[in-house]
Amino acid sequence: MDKPAGSLPTAQIPRQRKPTARSGGAELRLPTTRESPFDPPAEYRRLQDEDPVARLAFPDGSHGWLVSRYEHVRALLADPRISSERALGSNPVREVPPEARELQQIRPGQFIGMDPPDHTRYRRLLTGQFTVRRMNALVPRVERIVADHLDAMREMPRPVDLVRAFALPVPSLVICELLGVPYADRAQFQRRSRTLLSMTTDGPTLLEVRDEMDGYMRALVQAKRERPEDDLLSGLIGRTDPPGRLSDEELVNIGNLLLIAGHETTANMLALGTLALLTHPPQLAALRSDPGLVEQAVEELLRYLSIVQFGLVRVAKEDLEVGGRSVCAGEPIVASLAAANRDPRQFPDADELDVSRRYSPHLAFGHGVHQCLGQQLARVEMKVGFRALIEEFPSLRLAVPLSRVPMRDDMFVYGVHELPVTWDEP
Amino acid sequence: MRVAVDVGRCRGAGLCALTAPDVFDQDEEDGTVLVLDPEPPPAHQQAVVAAARLCPNSVISLEDT
Repeated sequence: MDKPAGSLPTAQIPRQRKPTARSGGAELRLPTTRESPFDPPAEYRRLQDEDPVARLAFPDGSHGWLVSRYEHVRALLADPRISSERALGSNPVREVPPEARELQQIRPGQFIGMDPPDHTRYRRLLTGQFTVRRMNALVPRVERIVADHLDAMREMPRPVDLVRAFALPVPSLVICELLGVPYADRAQFQRRSRTLLSMTTDGPTLLEVRDEMDGYMRALVQAKRERPEDDLLSGLIGRTDPPGRLSDEELVNIGNLLLIAGHETTANMLALGTLALLTHPPQLAALRSDPGLVEQAVEELLRYLSIVQFGLVRVAKEDLEVGGRSVCAGEPIVASLAAANRDPRQFPDADELDVSRRYSPHLAFGHGVHQCLGQQLARVEMKVGFRALIEEFPSLRLAVPLSRVPMRDDMFVYGVHELPVTWDEP
Repeated sequence: MRVAVDVGRCRGAGLCALTAPDVFDQDEEDGTVLVLDPEPPPAHQQAVVAAARLCPNSVISLEDT
């Protein structure tokens, strides 16, 4: 890419606007403190009612906006006047450590941080690999992987950590097979993902992990150039047509992006979704008595849990109006997926988990051109995973009180760090 | 009902093929939308309306016939 780096120097972003007056005079920071493990912070409900497009203070001292109603979030994410590329430097949760500023520079192939037409080119190279048809064709293989892990789990001494036994390894193995990443290397890439997606990792460590990931993927790309196999990475490497031809640097960045996105998110949905079902017995019972509900249940869990917990950040490319407020060109905007998915204006009984909820146009995968590339894979993994887990372990239950389950409040992707479960001998 | 799509806007999320598989599919190469049945029978129309509303890039437009 010969475009300028994604992040604007902070001095260029207009931020003369006065913060919205608030009770107590304090500036609004992104709400992150949850009152209960499944619900977004209660502050979002107040904002939806009283200040749906609210002035927001960022940790680096800059100001922007927080959008919390469904209709505004949805419209904003589909608006061509917003930029993902220019939002790379805006983090509403933590100030990026100075040593790690270079991580905010866009790199070739990192299409989630690009705008059209660059984004479009990369996305078009990949979407054919993640179609509904292709993902449905993976069902038998995913069923086998799920069954193998559940068989192994049955033999383990109880209680078992469901994250380590099931929720993390299943999507890790699936994405490894799809991409062509050796599963034997999982301990390394799982650790790197965890470090990269933690809010508390310091700057030097972030850079170190990034370099490790680059080195690992570069070696893999080179090996596949010499000996192509039947996998997605080899397929990308083998393309020589002008739009499809990719440099090693592009391949490394795309490979790492798909590897992280491909296991971390689904792993958290499987574990947190299981926790939600185990703590809502009537919902679990409904799903158990009618396995045909699993597709709706997956959509409902996506809506209810919204694991991309801090939302999506965009920057206005020009002056625009959102929900009656004037947003200036250059200002960052946080679109809260978690708040939107609980907006009672869109979803009746929005705070209720209801696996029989029908048409559910949730925003858990985002919206607009960047809506999740791997969403059909995630759906297949969740459908197969939840259905088999429920069927195979009819007495599955938490082995500790809910209050003792360590929640991922400190991670950009929400979920549980561990999920101790037990069951009765058959 | 008549179904039209603006393929240029499509980013291959696949919600149409997921929601109304009798009417929509995806191109094998680039994942963009294919219309299998531009004039779907009444039995499929509810799913088509849902697919049009779910589409993240407003690719699908529907006309009464």
